[in-house]
Amino acid sequence: MSNTLLDNVNEKLKAKFGEGILSAEMHYDFPVFTIRKDIIHDVIKFLKEDEELAFGFLTTMCGLHYPDNAGHEMGVMYQLHNMPKNYRIRLKTFFAIADPQIPTITDLYATANWMERQEFDFFGIIFKGHPNLKRILNMDEMTYHPMRKEYPVEDGTREDKDDKMFGR
Amino acid sequence: MSTIQKSKIELAKAPEGIEGPGFFATQIDKVVGMARANSLWPLPFATSCCGIEFMATMASTYDLGRFGAERLSFSPRQADLLMVMGTISKKMAPVLRQVYEQMAEPKWVLSMGACASSGGVFDTYSVLQGIDRIIPVDVYIPGCPPRPEQVLDGILQIQELAKSESIRRRDTEEYKNMLAKYNIE
Amino acid sequence: MSKEKNTNTDIIEKEYTTLNLGPTHPATHGIFQNVLKMDGELIVEGESTVGYIHRAFEKIAERRPYYQITVLTDRLNYCSSPINNLGWHMTVEKLLKIEIPKRVQYLRVIIMELARISDHIICNSVIGVDTGAMTGFLYIFQQRESIYDIFEELCGARLTTNIGRIGGLERDFSPKAWALIDKFLAEFPAKLKEFENLLMRNRIFMDRTIKCGPISAEMALEYGFTGPNLRAAGVDYDVRVMNPYCSYEEFEFTVPVGTQGDTYDRFMVREEEMWQSLSIIKQAIEKVKKEPAGVYHADVPEFFLPPKEEVYNNMEALIYHFKIVMGEADVPVGEVYHCVEGGNGELGYYLISDGGRAPYRMHIRRPCFIYYQAYTEMIKGALLSDAILTMSSMNVIAGELDA
Repeated sequence: MSNTLLDNVNEKLKAKFGEGILSAEMHYDFPVFTIRKDIIHDVIKFLKEDEELAFGFLTTMCGLHYPDNAGHEMGVMYQLHNMPKNYRIRLKTFFAIADPQIPTITDLYATANWMERQEFDFFGIIFKGHPNLKRILNMDEMTYHPMRKEYPVEDGTREDKDDKMFGR
Repeated sequence: MSTIQKSKIELAKAPEGIEGPGFFATQIDKVVGMARANSLWPLPFATSCCGIEFMATMASTYDLGRFGAERLSFSPRQADLLMVMGTISKKMAPVLRQVYEQMAEPKWVLSMGACASSGGVFDTYSVLQGIDRIIPVDVYIPGCPPRPEQVLDGILQIQELAKSESIRRRDTEEYKNMLAKYNIE
Repeated sequence: MSKEKNTNTDIIEKEYTTLNLGPTHPATHGIFQNVLKMDGELIVEGESTVGYIHRAFEKIAERRPYYQITVLTDRLNYCSSPINNLGWHMTVEKLLKIEIPKRVQYLRVIIMELARISDHIICNSVIGVDTGAMTGFLYIFQQRESIYDIFEELCGARLTTNIGRIGGLERDFSPKAWALIDKFLAEFPAKLKEFENLLMRNRIFMDRTIKCGPISAEMALEYGFTGPNLRAAGVDYDVRVMNPYCSYEEFEFTVPVGTQGDTYDRFMVREEEMWQSLSIIKQAIEKVKKEPAGVYHADVPEFFLPPKEEVYNNMEALIYHFKIVMGEADVPVGEVYHCVEGGNGELGYYLISDGGRAPYRMHIRRPCFIYYQAYTEMIKGALLSDAILTMSSMNVIAGELDA
C-alpha cells in the first residue's frame, strides 16, 4: 500500500515542482522525499491543501547534522500524517551550515512553533518568519548549539568527575 | 514449659530528667530537639521521577505522616526540611538556591535520588552534577529512584540530626564557615 | 460587579497584574513556569517557559549502545515507563528486522496496559486533589502499589523499570507474577468503582470540571494533540488502532471519545481507558495460554544476550556475548520511525543508524511537549483555579516535556 503511496505522492510532486524533488525512496515503511531547500514551504503547503493527499497533521520534525556532507551539513526532517486515510510520509531537506536558514511552517501547522524553537535551540537552524524564535529547553545564556556533532555531551568544566576515569 | 514471647516493641524513652508529680524537668535542648524532629514540615521540591516515589511514600502503604511529616509546606518560609527530589538542571539551580535562602533557620536539606546527589545518569552539559554544588546538604539518599523504605530511612536520619544538634546551630563557627563556602549570607 | 455603579471609569485606570506561576508551585506537577497577565481573577494571557529539567536525552543517545538507551527512555513519561521502554525496543527491532514471537507480544501487551492503568491512576487522582478531594487519591494509590509489585516481580524495579530487551523480555513471567496479576485483576475493578463513585457523578466535581479548559477538535489537531487529550476533544485517533503494533489488531477494545474537550471529558476518557485496559489484559492472558509455554524472546542470538550458564560453557554463546557487548553486531544502516500509544499520546522514536553501536541521531516525538504549547491558548479568559485544573487534566509530565 505504501508503495503506491510513494508513487502517488511522487507523481503529484514531480508534476508541480519538477526538479525540486531530489529523491523519493522507501525507508522501512515510510516514503521519504528529499526536497530542495527553497521550495520546502510550498511543497508542504501543497501537500496539506491537496484534496486527495490532505496531510493535515504534522507528527514531528527534527534537525539533522551531517558534518561530512560539504554544502549540505544541516538538515530538517518533517513527518506528515493524513489521519482519515492513514498516510504517513517523511520529507527531508538539506542546506549548508554557513547559511542555516529555512522558511517556517508555523503558518501551516500551529504545532510547529515549539518544534522549530527546539531545533533552533539544538542546532542553530534559523526559521525565517517564526513569531518567537528563541531558545526553549536550554538556558537563554547558552552561547552554542549543543546538538551539533562537534560538541561533547558532558560539561567540560565540572570538577567532581575525572574524565580519565569515565573513559572519555 | 512455655516460653513467653518478649515483645519487640520498644517504647520511646523520655529524655533524662527529674520527674515528680505534675512536673518533668530536663534540658531544654532535649525537648526542643524532640519537638523539632517529630514535627518536621517538609518542602517537597519534586522535579522528576523521584517525586512519584515520594508520592508513594506519602500515600497509605509507607505513610510518611506517622513520622510527623504529615503537613507538606510549599512555601519555603514555613518549611523545615527541603527535600530535593529529582534532577536539578543548571536552569533550575538559581531557583533552588533562592528557595533554600528563603527558608528560615533551623533548616535541613535532604537530597533524594542519584540525580540530586551527584547528577545521576545524566553527565551532561545541562544538568547540575549534584545539588551540593550550590547548597549544603545534610542527608543523601542514593537510588534511582530510591525505594520508599530508603526515603523513610533518610527521614529518620534527619530526625536524628534534628534531635542531637545544638538548638542554636546557626550561631556556631562551623556552620557559619560552611555557609561562607557556599557564599550564603 | 456591575460597571454602571462605577461612574468614573475613565479615571480609574485598568492595570493587569502579572502573576508568576512556577516553576516550583504546589499545583504544577512538575517544573514549568507560566507568567500570567491577570485581570483580577481572570487570565488575559500567559507565557510558558519550559526546560527546567532538560537532560539532553537526544545528545546522550548518540553516545550509548542501543540497549543502554532503554534506561533513558524510562525517564520520559516516568509514570508509565514500561510503555516507553517497549516502544524503544520495538523501534530497534524494526530497524534490525527482528520478528517477535506471538507469546512475547502478548506478554508485552499485558505490561503496557498495566503501565497505562498506573499512568491514568495518577492523572485522575491528581485532578481530584486539585479540586480538593484528597480521599480519592489516597484510596486509588494503593492499587499502584499492586502494580508496582507486579513490575518488581517482572524486572526488579518499581518505577523506572528498564523492562524488556531488544528481542523480547529478560525473563519469563514467574508463577508469582501470574498470581500477582490475577490478584490485581480480581481486586482492581471494585477499587476503581469506589474511586469513580467518589468523583464521577459528584456535583461539586462536575461543576468544577465541566467547561473548564475546553479545546475544539480542529484546534487540537492544529496543535498536534494526540492521546486522551485529543480523544476528549472528539477525534478518535489511537495509535493502537490506526498503526497497530505488538498484535493489538487481535484485541477487541473500544476507544472512548469525548465531545467538548474540557477537563471532565479528559477525566472520563482516562477513566474509561482504564476499564478497556483491564479488558485487554484479560484477553491477553487468555491468548498467552494458547501459545507454547516458555517462549520469552525471539531467536536472535546476534542481538539477544545468551544466558550466563551458556556463556561460560559454550563457545558460540561466548562469542555472541562478546559481540553484543562490544558493539560488533551487524546493525543495518537506515532510518526508522516507530510510534506507540503512550499514556499521553503518540510517543514516537525516530532513529537514524549509521551501522555503529550507537544511533547516529535519535529524536523522540514527545506528546507532552507538543500539546503543552496550546496551554496558554486554552486558559485565555479562564479563572486561575480553572487554569490549574486544566494543567493537571492535561497530564503534563515534566520528564516528557523537556527530555
